[in-house]
Amino acid sequence: MKQVQLAIIGGGPAGLAAAIAAREKGVEDILIIERDKELGGILNQCIHAGFGLHTFGQELTGPEYAQRFIDRVEEMHIPYLLRTMVLDLSGDRVLTVTGPETGLIQIQAQAVILAMGCRERPRGALNIPGYRPAGIYSAGTAQRLVNIEGFMPGKNVVILGSGDIGLIMARRMTLEGAKVHAVAEVLPYSGGLKRNIVQCLEDFDIPLYLSTTVVDIHGRERLEAVTLAQVDETRKPIPGTERRIPCDTLLLSVGLLPENELSSAAGVHLSTVTGGPEVTDRLATSIPGVFACGNVLHVHDLVDFVSQEARKAGENAALYLAGARAGSRSVALEGKNGVRYTVPQSIDPENMDDTVTVRFRVAQPYRDAALCAYADGTLLRRIPKRILTPGEMEQFPLRKAELPEGCQTITFTVEEVAK
Amino acid sequence: MTQRQLTCIGCPMGCQLTATIENGVVTAVTGNTCKRGDSYARKECVAPERTVTGTVRCTGGGAPVVSVRTAGEVPKEKVFDVAHALNTALAHLPVAAGDVVIPDVCGTGVNVVATKSAK
Repeated sequence: MKQVQLAIIGGGPAGLAAAIAAREKGVEDILIIERDKELGGILNQCIHAGFGLHTFGQELTGPEYAQRFIDRVEEMHIPYLLRTMVLDLSGDRVLTVTGPETGLIQIQAQAVILAMGCRERPRGALNIPGYRPAGIYSAGTAQRLVNIEGFMPGKNVVILGSGDIGLIMARRMTLEGAKVHAVAEVLPYSGGLKRNIVQCLEDFDIPLYLSTTVVDIHGRERLEAVTLAQVDETRKPIPGTERRIPCDTLLLSVGLLPENELSSAAGVHLSTVTGGPEVTDRLATSIPGVFACGNVLHVHDLVDFVSQEARKAGENAALYLAGARAGSRSVALEGKNGVRYTVPQSIDPENMDDTVTVRFRVAQPYRDAALCAYADGTLLRRIPKRILTPGEMEQFPLRKAELPEGCQTITFTVEEVAK
Repeated sequence: MTQRQLTCIGCPMGCQLTATIENGVVTAVTGNTCKRGDSYARKECVAPERTVTGTVRCTGGGAPVVSVRTAGEVPKEKVFDVAHALNTALAHLPVAAGDVVIPDVCGTGVNVVATKSAK
């Protein structure tokens, strides 16, 4: 069986940054396995600008951001396989792999970094009634068709979901000559960035209907129209608010799901909230030697944070390969009162870095609130926040020096500040 | 004197700004909670600019399109003209990232450059 020190599953932003960091920490024998025909992952189809403000201090397009990491991987001569799919990962880190260069082979890895990213929630998960005509795409599929394959999926477009991909595609389809008639969002607020609401919708007079969803799909062969309706607080359509909008294309931008079939097959413990592996502050999963980072771990909104997280995973895989092991104690991290989850889910108080970045999302928008951390019920620190929204990942720097001796659980909460 | 309402894009707060414009000059901005709102409104009301990104159709190789951007920002009112220029241009492969695909697009003085290598 082929042997490798470190196998990295996925050659997108997470896999690339993890590989570079592992090599910088002295891991010689690395293999990146990528299923697409090129490295860079989803960034290749994200041709709009706005990436890398935190990392490079300028607004790069997705391909430009990816290229900076690809160039580094090439300079470091880190091997990678393209068009190559990992079919299975076992609990003892044997990868079953197929691709044009390898055929069907197995690879025994001493350490593995999971960097498979996420995929879009499909129509089937939404229970929209109506026929199943052509013309209904996930927003990311349409993005790939337009930006990489060079096809326009349609001319008259309605978008369901106001996450950033939906907003970006509203502008993109408009600039390619389509008419975007509406963006409908079932929630009373958009999960997209303000900047995208302004520059992708308002710039082009595209209406955003909040608390609104698609309740019917018309057309047998090709989509002919959708019916939108307003929804109440329980997201139930309100009778009498229906309106029919003729269109030939419906784009769905309704959420992203970490892609963890391989992790699950290997026996990695997954979080029911994030859909990704439960990890320690070393980004170690429940299987020794298996690490996770990027959107496979939890869905990020900024690639800069994916790169930072992946760098940690790469460094920690290198430490593991050099013989470092977890300490005997573990402190659990949990989110409550508006903090939906935390990544990591636990820390190793003996071996933790001086500061561990705890990442999470809040359950709803808050104004004039504070993020608080409690150690077994005692307040450690509160960070005032003028605004918190579910669309933006929050970061809480947890300091080793502030952890009380023998602490069992650290709880993160949102507390609204009385005016 | 005219007043214009706009949403600040500086951060997720999305402050609702009101800019007062006299003789083409912004004389006052209200509704902002930090100075980013003030500078955003002053720029956006007088000389709004955007970076335009898109694709250009390719010939002479395997890639159907190559992704491109304006190397700098262009006036907002030229965005559709630039988009049209991208949609009617043709790039001959191979193209390297950074290559100028359309010089001085729509008389803006800004080049359109490839953001990715394609062959």
